Amino acid sequence: MEISLIVLVVVVVTALAFDFTNGFHDTANAVATSIATGALKPRTAVLLAGVLNLVGAFLSVEVAKTISGGLVDETKITPTVIFAGLVGAILWNLMTWLLGLPSSSSHALIGGLIGATVVASGVDAVKFAGIVGKVLLPAVLSPLVAGLVALAATYLAYRITARGAVGTVRKGFKAGQVVSSSMVALAHGTNDAQKTMGVITLALITAGALPANAGPPFWVIVSAGLAIGLGTYVGGWRIIQTLGMRVSAIESGQGFASGVSTATVILTSSHLGFPLSTTQVATGSIFGAGAARGPASVHWGLAGQVAIAWLLTLPAAAVVGAVAALVADTGPVGTIVVALVLIGVAGGIYAASRRRPVTADNLDELPVPPPPVDLVA
Amino acid sequence: MTINWGALALVAVVSLAVGVLVVVLVSLALVGLSAREPDAGGEAAEGTPTTGRLSPVVGTAAAAVCLLGAAAIVLYGLFLIVS
Repeated sequence: MEISLIVLVVVVVTALAFDFTNGFHDTANAVATSIATGALKPRTAVLLAGVLNLVGAFLSVEVAKTISGGLVDETKITPTVIFAGLVGAILWNLMTWLLGLPSSSSHALIGGLIGATVVASGVDAVKFAGIVGKVLLPAVLSPLVAGLVALAATYLAYRITARGAVGTVRKGFKAGQVVSSSMVALAHGTNDAQKTMGVITLALITAGALPANAGPPFWVIVSAGLAIGLGTYVGGWRIIQTLGMRVSAIESGQGFASGVSTATVILTSSHLGFPLSTTQVATGSIFGAGAARGPASVHWGLAGQVAIAWLLTLPAAAVVGAVAALVADTGPVGTIVVALVLIGVAGGIYAASRRRPVTADNLDELPVPPPPVDLVA
Repeated sequence: MTINWGALALVAVVSLAVGVLVVVLVSLALVGLSAREPDAGGEAAEGTPTTGRLSPVVGTAAAAVCLLGAAAIVLYGLFLIVS
């Protein structure tokens, strides 16, 4: 009992660590364009997004859903599998953060869980058809749908406001950006904090600490909300720089249109039964809004890098999850070894990030500047 | 494996309609609010040249209507997040 309690504590702490990386990895989705256009000061933006993520965690009354539904055989999931899956997801999130690439935290978690499940229960426990429908297809379609909405909206915004006074229009769009960023942050809190609550609750149920079908206890809701809120507040500045400044030199009209597109696509998709990834929607919106001022104003090479990161997310997290499961399955000592390795590698990635630190203060110093805008629609 | 193409098409169409509507409403409101600017600097010709620029009152009223419409959509979005 003592030993399984230790494992359970490690799982809960790891889940909260994942939630934290989920927060700072996804800050950019809500605030990158608002920071880029100056609609919000960098630190104000991450504070606003952090608070709204925390609020979002408390808003939804739905029982937290398990993220793995339809992807792996849930009866085969043990606390060790959950732990190993989380390790894969955290390491992938940290790697992509180091490279400044936006990638889906949900897909990383799904990949990690799949890898761990294969090791623990064999390939048969994985439902591959579900992966195509729930992961692969949305990854391809999210940026297309969001990009199309942002492209059309940006084009019309520029056409209509060409008749307006420049100062009024810019101020108005910036105010609109604050609203759309807030909506995305709030929706993110309700969706993604729920995922961690679901993971912790699932671990508690499989360990017998909670009855089956139990909802998340209050302390789980509070800690998950705090972890994602804090992560968001810390701010994944590297990814904010990529989405806000490196994709394209975003203006307030484009920032507003892309924010509205992101918020709209996320809300419609989650309420019309075709869930899309927040990160992929936000990235698609920014590329679409950038392209509306001429395709040449967008750094398309970056799109290629991002696409590769998206393709690799699931398999890479799965491999790490599988290795982690292999070691952790040997017993509590194995679990603790994996936890220590995770801490070590995470520390190494952080140390590597200090060689070229990106903070709220040096966001403008770009490794590769976006292409100049030569055509204004 | 079944992919719900209908749901996907619905998401795309509704997102496009609502997203574009919000941006168009706000853009129109900003053009209306521009009429309140004392100097016409930076402003292109409004309508036909003979009718001159939008009067501040009409512009503000039109902007208010557009912004109310956009606000209603935002509130509905909030309702969707909370519910």
